[in-house]
Amino acid sequence: MMDLRLPIGIFFLLVGIILAGYGVVSTHDIPNITEKININLDWGAVLLVFGAAMTFFGWKAEAKARSEKKNSKA
Amino acid sequence: MTHVLSSARLATAIPHLAGTLAGGPVLKAHPIDYLIMGVYFVFVIAIGVITGRGHQTSEDFFLSGRRIPAWITGLAFISANLGALEVMGMSQQGYEYGMMTANYYWIGAIPAMVFMGIAMMPFFYGSKVRSVPEFLKKRYNEGARFINAITFTIFTPAISGISMYALAVVMQDFLGWHFGPSVWVSAAVVLVYTFLGGLTASIYNEVLQFFLIVLGIAPLSIIALIANHGWSHFKKWIATHQLPFLTPDQLTAAASQPAKAAHQLAAGQWLHTFHNTLTQSNPMHITWPGIVLGLGFVLSFSYWCTNFLVVQRALAAKDMNDAQRTPLLAAFPKMIFPFIVILPGVLALPLLPHLFPGNTMVDGHLIPATQSFNNVMPLMLAKYYPAGLLGLGLTALMASFMSGMAGNVTAFNTVVTYDLYAVFIRPQAPDRHYLWVGRILTVVGVVISVAFAYVVRGQSGIMGYTQTIFGVVNAPLIAVFLLGMFASFTTPAGGLWGLLVGTGTSVTLWIFRSHPGLPLWHHYNNNTTGAFWGAIWAFCAGAGATIIVSLFTKKKTDKEMVGLVYQLTPKPEQDHQLPWWKKPVVLGVLALILTLLINLWFW
Repeated sequence: MMDLRLPIGIFFLLVGIILAGYGVVSTHDIPNITEKININLDWGAVLLVFGAAMTFFGWKAEAKARSEKKNSKA
Repeated sequence: MTHVLSSARLATAIPHLAGTLAGGPVLKAHPIDYLIMGVYFVFVIAIGVITGRGHQTSEDFFLSGRRIPAWITGLAFISANLGALEVMGMSQQGYEYGMMTANYYWIGAIPAMVFMGIAMMPFFYGSKVRSVPEFLKKRYNEGARFINAITFTIFTPAISGISMYALAVVMQDFLGWHFGPSVWVSAAVVLVYTFLGGLTASIYNEVLQFFLIVLGIAPLSIIALIANHGWSHFKKWIATHQLPFLTPDQLTAAASQPAKAAHQLAAGQWLHTFHNTLTQSNPMHITWPGIVLGLGFVLSFSYWCTNFLVVQRALAAKDMNDAQRTPLLAAFPKMIFPFIVILPGVLALPLLPHLFPGNTMVDGHLIPATQSFNNVMPLMLAKYYPAGLLGLGLTALMASFMSGMAGNVTAFNTVVTYDLYAVFIRPQAPDRHYLWVGRILTVVGVVISVAFAYVVRGQSGIMGYTQTIFGVVNAPLIAVFLLGMFASFTTPAGGLWGLLVGTGTSVTLWIFRSHPGLPLWHHYNNNTTGAFWGAIWAFCAGAGATIIVSLFTKKKTDKEMVGLVYQLTPKPEQDHQLPWWKKPVVLGVLALILTLLINLWFW
C-alpha cells in the first residue's frame, strides 16, 4: 500500500508553493492589524517545509519497501 | 457524542443565521482561494482512486484489510470525529463559555481514549469482530446487536446530513454560494472516494484532512494573538473586563432569540476550566460532578469506547499493538486541539465584542448585537485572513465536513452490510456479494445524507432534535459494554435488558426535561446540566437492569466468552523488547499526566 506521507507531502508542497508564491507577488498583509506581516509568504513557507519533510520520509519509506520487495523476490 | 451534544445548540442556531448578514456575503473568495480548493479536491479523489485498487474482499473494503499502521489510524480516529459543526461549534463555545469548553477534550475525551486503548481494545480487536454491534452479538445475543445496529443505521446518515446542511448554509451566507451546488459537489467528492477506496480511502483522506484542519485553522489562533498584542496583553484585558452572564433560559434561547443579560461575570472566568464549579456561577452554569461523572465518564466513555464511527478506525489497524495505540496516539493531538478550535473563539472576545445575543451589557454599557457568536469562526476568518490564506481556511472547513461525512458513511455501510443485511436479508452469500452491497450502501448513505440536508432545510427544528436524541440514545451504552467485558456473570438477557432500560431511561428523562410541565423529581436549570445528569442516571439504570436480570437468567458458557471477557481471556505475553513509544500502558500514563498538567494550567 502507498506510503501516505507521500501524497500528503506533495499536497502541502503544492499548496505551500501556491501560497508563498502568491505572498511574493501580492504582498498581502494581515488585514485589520497594525503589524506588517506577509502571512501568505510566511505560512506558505511553513507548509513548504512540512510538505518537504513528509515527501522526503514518504519517498524514503517507499524506496525501502521497494528494495525489500525486490530482495524477497530474489 | 460529546461533540454531538455540544454542537446541538449551534445546529439549532444555524437556520437563524440566514438573513442576519446585512449587506450580503462578508467573505469574498479570490481565484487563488478557489485554486487551493481545487488542488484539495483533486488530491482526495486521487487518493480514492489509488487506494481502491486491488480490493479483493469485503474486509479490504470495510476494514482496510486490517493492515493500516497506528499513526494513520490514530489520526483518522480523531479526524472522523471532526465534522464541520465541531470545528465551528467549538470556537462558538469558546466565545460563549471560554476555556470551560476544553472540558469536552481534557475531561470528556482523553481519559476515555486511554481506557479504550488499554482496557477495551484487546476485546474488540482480539475477538476479530468487524463491528461494535457484532461484539454485542458475540457477548450477549442477536437482540442486543439489532438494537445497536438499527439506532446507528438510522442516525449516522442523518447526522452527516446535518453537518452537510450546516456547512452549506455557512458557505451560502458568508460566500454567497448556492445551497444546492454546495451540497451536491461536496457530497459527490465524498461519494467518489469512499465508493472507490472504501475505508482505506476514508482513513487516508481523514489523515490529510487532519493536517489540513490543523494547518488551515491554526494561523487563526496565531493571528488572533497578534491582534490582541500577545497573550499577556490579552490576559490584562480579560482581568479588567466583565462579560454577559446569561441566565440558563437565555443560554437555551440565545441562539434564536434576542436576550438581555441582567448580570455580568468577570471575564477572567473565561480562561478557566473549573473555576466556580462548586456553584453554578460559571459561564456554563454547571457544577463539577456533572462535568466529571456525566461528561467525563458516562457520555465520554459511551462515545469514545463504543461508537463504531471511531472504533472502526482502530479495527483497521495492522495488529493488536497498533489497534491499542490507535486511541492512545490520538490522545496527544487531541489535547492540543482546544488551542486550535476553541482558543480563536476566546481570543475573539476583545476583537469582536458584539456577538453576545441581543442587547447585552459589556463593561456596563449596553451594546447592540451585530452578529451572533455562532458565527465567530467565519467572522474571524473574514476579518483576519487575506486572500490565499482564506482559501486554506475555507478548504480546512470543507475538509472537516468531508472527514466527518466519510467517517459516517463508511461506518454506516459496514454496520448495514454485516449486522443487518448479512443477518436478516442474505446470510451466507459469497464475500464478493457483500463487497458490492457495501459499495451500493455507500451510495445509499450519501443519498440519505443529502436528502436529510434538504429535509432539515425545510424543517430546521429537526436538526437539533436529531442530534440530541442520538446523544441521548447512546448515553448509557458504556454500562452494558463494561459489564460485558469485565463481569463474566452477565447474561445475554441481562445485556439486552440493560440496553433497553438504559436507553429507555435516558430517552424518558430527556422527554421530561424537554417539557417542564411534566412532573420530574428535579428540574435542571439548563440543557447541558440536564444532559450530564440524565446520562448518569441512565448509566445507573442500564447497569442495574443488566445486573438484576443477569442474576435470574442463564449465562453463556465460559468457552463462549473467551476473548470477550477479561477474566476468561488468556493474558497476552508482554513484549519487553518493545520501545517505550510502542507500549500502550506507557503511552496511556503519559497522555494522562500531560492532560492533568494542562488541566492544572487552566484550572
